[in-house]
Amino acid sequence: MSRPFRITLLLPLVALLCALAWAGFTPIHVASREKLFEIPRGTYARRMAGDKVEILPAKIRLTLGIEDILLLRNLDEVPQVFGPTIMMPGQSFRLPFERAASYQFVCSAHASGQMTIEVEDEPVMPWERIRWRVREWREKKAG
Amino acid sequence: MNPKLARFGISLLLGIGVAAAAPPRLSPPDDLFKAGTLSPVMPAPEIALSGTDGKPFSMARFRGKVVLLAFGFSNCGEVCPITLATLAGARKKLGAAAGDVQVVYVTVDPERDDAAQMRKFLGSFDPTFIGGVGTRPQIDSAQKSYGISSSKIVHADGSYSIGHSSSIYLIDRTGRLAAVMPYGHPVDDFVHDLKILLRG
Repeated sequence: MSRPFRITLLLPLVALLCALAWAGFTPIHVASREKLFEIPRGTYARRMAGDKVEILPAKIRLTLGIEDILLLRNLDEVPQVFGPTIMMPGQSFRLPFERAASYQFVCSAHASGQMTIEVEDEPVMPWERIRWRVREWREKKAG
Repeated sequence: MNPKLARFGISLLLGIGVAAAAPPRLSPPDDLFKAGTLSPVMPAPEIALSGTDGKPFSMARFRGKVVLLAFGFSNCGEVCPITLATLAGARKKLGAAAGDVQVVYVTVDPERDDAAQMRKFLGSFDPTFIGGVGTRPQIDSAQKSYGISSSKIVHADGSYSIGHSSSIYLIDRTGRLAAVMPYGHPVDDFVHDLKILLRG
């Protein structure tokens, strides 16, 4: 095998190993621990008109120590019930989580009236961090 | 091994090491609530009921104290006893400061919960707890103000229980709805948040 050919073969492999090492060993940092969701203006009116469009995802995933605060903003003209509370128009609700679990909440912004929040432990092992980063990247890509 | 390749590999590993040596994550500041917080903070919706202490039950009546408000019923087998035991535990842990904390519990079962029944039920956890009772329309109105849902579950033997929202509302001394604690938080979380409200 010629030297240039060996290098051409080796470089992508080294790059992949480096990327995996970075993704596995570098602690995850995000700009804010809050994951923001907004209930847009006109949600109630749309629902009353028979529009079953989902404003918020049916399942929201949070990760302890990284993104473990749910921030909901009610931009609608009417109060919205989210799980433990009622949010007046213009109000925000900031809900921190400290325990990994699956939480079921009543949510009037959902056509189903239900919302699930999955709170998972902070990824500390290299393969957990890699999996977390890949999943975040895929979710961002999917929009 | 090719010395150039070795140097390249060592440099890369050092780079990864530097990137991985990020500063440790800081714990959240102690003045942040464990409960969910609303912003902007608004006055707690008013409730007009009868109190189990024989006086009218209204939120205005409790101004000057930090109020823990929850909804439930005396025949509740699980959620309400746990909630009330937790709130009683928090008051106990606060010591003398508990005098400035009022727990109020509104029934979602006005057909069975009269003042005497609720007084007996609440008194078994803490004699200072005050219950709110009233007619079905009055209770419905109170539930609607706080976004409380409840539904009757009829059993095969004809008896029934009630599924209901189980959050605890934390109201500051000026009557503003400051925070909402979802069901299931331990005593220490309440003590933590009550200390913040008592300071404020």
